[in-house]
Amino acid sequence: MNALIFSAISGVLMMFSGFVLKSNAAIRTLAHILLLAVIIATAFELRGVPFFHINTTGMLQFDHFALLFTLIASLSTLVFFLLSSKDMEKVGVSYAEYFALIFFVLSGVVIASSFQSLLLLFLGIEIISIPLYILTGSDKRSLKSNEASLKYFLMGAFSTGLMLMGIALIYGATGTFSTTLIQAPKEGVPVLLSTGMLLLLFSLSFKVSAAPFHFWTPDVYDGAPTVFTSFMATVVKAAGFIAFMRLFSDAFRDIGSEWKLTVAIIVAATLFIGNITAVFQQSVKRMLAYSSIAQAGFMMLAVYSLTAEAKEGLILYGAAYSLATIGIFAVLIKMKDYTFDGFNGFARQQPLIAATLVIFLLSLAGIPLTAGFLSKFFMLKATVAAGNIWLAVFAVIMAAVSVYYYFRLIQAMYFKEGNVPAIEVSPAFKITLISVAALTIVLGIYPNLLLYWLYF
Amino acid sequence: MFQSPFRGLGFMDIKYYIFLSVALFVMGIIGVLTRRNAIIIFMCIELMLNAVNLLLVAFSKMHHLAAGVANPNAGSEAQLFVFFIMVVAAAEVSVGLAIIVMLFRNTHSVDVNFLNRLKH
Repeated sequence: MNALIFSAISGVLMMFSGFVLKSNAAIRTLAHILLLAVIIATAFELRGVPFFHINTTGMLQFDHFALLFTLIASLSTLVFFLLSSKDMEKVGVSYAEYFALIFFVLSGVVIASSFQSLLLLFLGIEIISIPLYILTGSDKRSLKSNEASLKYFLMGAFSTGLMLMGIALIYGATGTFSTTLIQAPKEGVPVLLSTGMLLLLFSLSFKVSAAPFHFWTPDVYDGAPTVFTSFMATVVKAAGFIAFMRLFSDAFRDIGSEWKLTVAIIVAATLFIGNITAVFQQSVKRMLAYSSIAQAGFMMLAVYSLTAEAKEGLILYGAAYSLATIGIFAVLIKMKDYTFDGFNGFARQQPLIAATLVIFLLSLAGIPLTAGFLSKFFMLKATVAAGNIWLAVFAVIMAAVSVYYYFRLIQAMYFKEGNVPAIEVSPAFKITLISVAALTIVLGIYPNLLLYWLYF
Repeated sequence: MFQSPFRGLGFMDIKYYIFLSVALFVMGIIGVLTRRNAIIIFMCIELMLNAVNLLLVAFSKMHHLAAGVANPNAGSEAQLFVFFIMVVAAAEVSVGLAIIVMLFRNTHSVDVNFLNRLKH
């Protein structure tokens, strides 16, 4: 509740700060301070000190899973602010409003990770989506950005329609919106309930861009201004999976026979399409868009197995994936040329930044000693425990494919000759990047530093 | 004929409401998939949302009657849900129309076939 109230108020404050504060530096500082307040408030609530006592009549449940993810999401946003908030100036003139929209997305993330009612699921997903439509189209003069935002908007609104139909059908079958009270009668699953559940599954797959509902993702991620792609592809995607996980483990665990096969097919298709298509990309930005689809396939394994281990794995996966991707995007924003060739000889010009990029790429590929390895390991372990060895084997093969396109970037940076136009980086940028890379390695060696908070 | 739990009470069977709103919903989906004008696609999405509103209100009445006098509040949450759908749809309309206007300024068209330019 702390994070929800703080981030909503921060959004409103940022919106009005545009009138009062004239310099971009002041707006940026205010945004950082407000985000720090959100993080501290969340940390307090995680340690059992809620500032507000509001009776949500069971619609929101701030358990450790929700609070820990909220903390991770707001910390990732802080990393994003520290690395990339200066680059938001280049997108357009409404600097304060961009921060306001990001805070609104963050309050949607809080709702989507703590809902216990289908009403709040719908509101959370919408509060996340609507500011993102605006952020995608924020580069108003660029045709690519316009098209991306229209496409995102039409697809998003369409999948919202599917989600609402699913919720209505579930309500018809069970008479309740509460995810914990949804129960199938003993004599069999009513057709209204299973249809509604499938519609919810499809619309959430749209939101997290799982195949075959992924087709909007590459275009939207490619067309949106790169700073906002960084935010969309990380915090928002992880939040979508947390909502997915919560919904299925609370409401549909008992009727697993109705959806296990469908989810397994979606996972396999997502892993296959994401990884194979990423191999053929020439632009790093588009490769990262497909890599986000591929990683979505891995995160979906948690929804498939629904064990306690899968929950831990999903939290770790969200943190590892968000940190690594934000780091790569932060460097990509500063490049002039987004193709792989644009990175030729980058290691000679910026040895330190290139080394951190290598750590992020290794983490995404799932090489041991990085957080990415352990999160993939948790997912595979949960899948095997859920009894589907073939899906785990397929996921491992696809992870091996992913090594190809991540290492292609490393190869371009270290083993190819080329002249990268000099990029300007501040010392603060370098320090943040190095600490994020260090965090990636620390989480890969001691994941319990993070997972401990789930239980205490 | 259909066996209705509400026969003789003066209520229409719930099946007819389900058929009607599913028909409206499918019309919306077909419109989204086949039309090329962004504004008409948008209208079709609104049609989908309103089909859901109709269904929710019908289910609300159904659960209310089923609960009888035991729980006079039964089914009221679905009617609240309808208000939330209306509010969110209004917010979505304001953003969506702004996006369409922005696209129209740059391309002088609201045809979504323009969107294929993103695929290199």
